[in-house]
Amino acid sequence: MTKISNNFLLEQLQSKFGDKILSYDEPHGMLTVVADPSINIEILEFLFQEPQLQYQFLTDVCGIHYPDQDLPLGVVYHLHSLANNHRVRFKFFLPDHNPHIRTASQLHAGANWMERETFDFYGIIFDGHPNLKRILNVDEMEVFPLRKEFPLEDPNRIDKQDKFFGR
Amino acid sequence: MTSHLPLINQIEKETTTLNLGPTHPATHGIFQNVLEIDGEKIVSADQTVGYIHRAFEKLAERRPFYQITTLTDRLNYCSSPINNMGWHMTVEKLLGITLPKRAQYIRVIAMELARIADHLILNSILAVDTGAMTGFLYVMQEREKIYDIYEEICGARLTTNMGRIGGMERDLNDNAIKKIHQFLRDFPKVYAEFEKLVARNRIFMDRTIGVGGISAERALSYGFTGVNLRAAGVDYDVRVMEPYSSYEDFEFDIPVGQHGDVYDRFCVAGQEIWESVKIIKQAIENLPTDSYHADAPEYYLPPKVEVYKNMEALIYHFKIVMGEIDMPAGEVYHAVEGGNGELGFYLVSDGGRTPYRLHFRRPCFIYYQAYPELIHGSNLSDAIVTMSSLNVIAGELDA
Repeated sequence: MTKISNNFLLEQLQSKFGDKILSYDEPHGMLTVVADPSINIEILEFLFQEPQLQYQFLTDVCGIHYPDQDLPLGVVYHLHSLANNHRVRFKFFLPDHNPHIRTASQLHAGANWMERETFDFYGIIFDGHPNLKRILNVDEMEVFPLRKEFPLEDPNRIDKQDKFFGR
Repeated sequence: MTSHLPLINQIEKETTTLNLGPTHPATHGIFQNVLEIDGEKIVSADQTVGYIHRAFEKLAERRPFYQITTLTDRLNYCSSPINNMGWHMTVEKLLGITLPKRAQYIRVIAMELARIADHLILNSILAVDTGAMTGFLYVMQEREKIYDIYEEICGARLTTNMGRIGGMERDLNDNAIKKIHQFLRDFPKVYAEFEKLVARNRIFMDRTIGVGGISAERALSYGFTGVNLRAAGVDYDVRVMEPYSSYEDFEFDIPVGQHGDVYDRFCVAGQEIWESVKIIKQAIENLPTDSYHADAPEYYLPPKVEVYKNMEALIYHFKIVMGEIDMPAGEVYHAVEGGNGELGFYLVSDGGRTPYRLHFRRPCFIYYQAYPELIHGSNLSDAIVTMSSLNVIAGELDA
């Protein structure tokens, strides 16, 4: 079993994609790469096909929302190379309005529902997705509930105001 | 005079639409499959999920870390302790807490008991769906004994809320140890009898062999994990690939199948039960004697006796119970081998008292989307057996 180090993977990515790799970090040992959303499929394909890397298992796709950023909506991919037992995380940030990113469902069949879930909760549109509609929420819903502008409780309620802890 | 009846070859071929679910006894939970069937052959299936969606990810964004454990109970409710421990370990990873060996071993015991309970349901319900009721009732008695052990460990049976961030809430008491030993003595006989009843039964084999199969490549592409992936021949098990909670200390095998069909899933799950028994035996025999919780007073709820006589303990108690403990900022992904696959927790903390974002990687949500492909072209009765063998738990599916 070969072992990939985070540095080796990062070098591979940087030599292949250059300045499309925007930033990287290593929180708790997992390499986290922020890249340009226009090359998301190229990255996934490169990692999938490169014989040294073989990140062929898509563990997870989910969204995240940072309302204060210029590009507030994020799509987070967790990939796992079972051959090398190494995980990597990718983030692609998109604008708030009309966020588009290409689908990974042609490469990973399992991305289908994970992307539908991300669309359902964050309104991120996956171009080329075979069946992009809501999955867990009702079809009539008009909002994307996990975005931060939707508070969990009605902010106008006063019976739950907590004067001691200020929340 | 010409006939007004259409000629037989001019009749348009019609398929029947059949609703399997939302509350069909064979779906074992609330989700709907709209099947299009031609005679008895399934042409296509359209799934509707989300009937018991409770927005756990949104709820978690407003809850202190200690109160999220109860949400995880309700994911895969057949194996709640695994979910609880997975969540605790995620937070401990974020905090950088290492647990004493005893706490880790107790967790392993609880998790393996939960795995046995989960696989017992999976296999015995599969037998029920093929017409064998007896075996199900027989092994459910043993599941009751597992729940009795949960009760001794944490006080609850189904939604366990077991363990705390930083360890277990209390030590294994003598009664629990006695009951675990008793279980290890009685259970193998019962399960061996169940296997004798079902595993080589002609009817059961005819109903399950070659049904709902999937190749290893497709299974990986669909993100299968757990029993379903191993039945297809891929030996991926989180307990071995990324050992957590001292799994590296134990000697056990990873059973794999060949064809990924219903029978292979049954056999792999059955074999995993035996491996779990092996692990529990090793853990209880070599139970270390150090503490059952880590020394992390800021995060671990102090014993009640201390709260009454010790100022610091009172402060920590108050802060933890009121959810006033801030967690460090950071992001972690932690995976555990759940009852039905890799259960992952993706936690993003901004340094506040609640998670900024928490995403559950729910194994059955990811592999259930392969269901139409698994049942395409098969009979309706095979579809029901296939669904049963996939171990889809509605609570986890819909989160």
